[in-house]
Amino acid sequence: MKLQQLSLFLENRPGRLDAPLEAIAAAGINILTLSLADTAQFGILRLIVRDWDKAKQVLENGGWVVNLTEVVAVDVEDKPGGLAAVLKVLDQAGVNIEYMYAFSSYRPGKAILIFRFEDPDHAVKVLLDQNIRALDSDELIHADA
Amino acid sequence: MPMPESQPTTESRIWDPAAETQPTEARQALQLERLRALVERVAAVPFYRAHFERHDLSAARIHSLDDLRRLPFTTKDDLRRHHPFGFLTVPRSEVARIHGSSGTTGTPTFVAYTKADLALWADLCARFLVAGGLRPEHTVQVAFGYGLFTGGFGLHYGIERVGAAIIPAAAGNTRRQLTIMRDLDPEVLICTPSYALTVADGARELGIDPRSLPIRFGHFGGEPWTEDLRRDIETQLDIQAFNNYGLSEVIGPGVSGECSERTGMHLQDDHFLVECLDPDTLEPVPEGEPGELVITTLTREAMPLLRYRTRDIARLYRDPCPCGRTSVRMSRVTGRSDDMLIIRGVNLFPSQIEEALLRVEGATAHYLIEVERPGIMDELTVKVEIHRELFSDRMDRMQALRERIAHEIHAIAGIRAKVELVEPRRLERFVGKATRVIDRRHADT
Repeated sequence: MKLQQLSLFLENRPGRLDAPLEAIAAAGINILTLSLADTAQFGILRLIVRDWDKAKQVLENGGWVVNLTEVVAVDVEDKPGGLAAVLKVLDQAGVNIEYMYAFSSYRPGKAILIFRFEDPDHAVKVLLDQNIRALDSDELIHADA
Repeated sequence: MPMPESQPTTESRIWDPAAETQPTEARQALQLERLRALVERVAAVPFYRAHFERHDLSAARIHSLDDLRRLPFTTKDDLRRHHPFGFLTVPRSEVARIHGSSGTTGTPTFVAYTKADLALWADLCARFLVAGGLRPEHTVQVAFGYGLFTGGFGLHYGIERVGAAIIPAAAGNTRRQLTIMRDLDPEVLICTPSYALTVADGARELGIDPRSLPIRFGHFGGEPWTEDLRRDIETQLDIQAFNNYGLSEVIGPGVSGECSERTGMHLQDDHFLVECLDPDTLEPVPEGEPGELVITTLTREAMPLLRYRTRDIARLYRDPCPCGRTSVRMSRVTGRSDDMLIIRGVNLFPSQIEEALLRVEGATAHYLIEVERPGIMDELTVKVEIHRELFSDRMDRMQALRERIAHEIHAIAGIRAKVELVEPRRLERFVGKATRVIDRRHADT
């Protein structure tokens, strides 16, 4: 199961992060999690929201360049070594991770990892072979309800 | 301020007194005679011959210098269209050297010289070098590029003609320039004005007082500069700084240069007939007003040009100079009649940036060129608006995009640019279609 992630291009200037987040808030969209990759000159904001279609429209109407990317979410035990176990599986299968980020789950004792893979379908299969199941959006978004 | 023992520039020695102080009437007679001979010679060039045939022109119809205005203009584009040697008037076997226009690598223009052209060139450089104080007993450090660029070799043979000693240090490697300077005690420095300041900076970095360097005066050219920059150079290095002007299509350095009076640059008008025209109407501007310099090469052999549009904006002065030279004089170049920028001595057209962006897939973006001089060197920043096709959620791809754009700019224009990616619609609000350039370097002019 894969999720849609929104990515935005932002200049690295004061106030540039506020504007898109305010636009999303004004549209009543809650952000499940986000990650920001930045250089001295620009940054890339990545967002996971429930209603990504609406969020994309809101942002594009506001003039931002928005990309949709398929990412894979898995939950792991929220304890030392939880992430390492998943990484080991991926590493052994030779699956390349473009980038990843993590957040705590609404479910006690669970943390959620968001992975951006070059080939998400292959990665999902590799994970499933080891009984690591990718979360679908409803499972992820339950916290939002 | 400690003064040098002798001030070379207070003398008014003249390299070729007969030519340089020729009375105006005799000069004009010589110009007319040379213009007639030129019209005859350039009839060998199909580009000119076609014009002559259409307008029933020939040397016999040139009765006065005013008839110059009946002759066709020549532009850089004309030279490109007849690349490489469509303007050659002598057999290839008589070509003694070939130089190229500086910087731009997109479509180069080559300039050919016969042996006589090279001798003339050296002589013309000798004129301004001597006017600005060069004497046979001096040693000169040439920190201009030696190569297709006309600066290095042009000045080199001019210095040799004067009989001074040459250190052909060539461009760059400031630390080595300083070592040479301290070991060999040259009195004269030849380079671009911005490089003169780099030398001063480099000295300070090494803990050397730039004013203690052996240089006493310098001839600077190859890029436009200002009186403020001259004052900076003179104060920082404790030298006298002289301006000279030239362009490769015409001959290279040696078209004009300052004498010790510094009342403008003496333009060698026994060899170059100059007009100062309104670039839009192509009518002459009133005396002393800024206009585009248009140059006819009266005596060039290999590639003589009629009314070459330099695109350089300057003023002409015809009042007498106290030095005794009778030539017309030109001001500094204060601008361009096209959109060409000169950045660190390299010519850059905004269209080249556009070409570079087109080579990057999907990059038909809005862009803005910013030129600044935060320290002593020009800095070029190209801002490119991000749009859908260019954007990736992956940082490595975005970094690669920046590098790719910078690489294409370097490949096309031969210059390193800092590339900044900006959000959509950030530029179009500031930039009309006509202006894609913000040049913050010449705020003082």
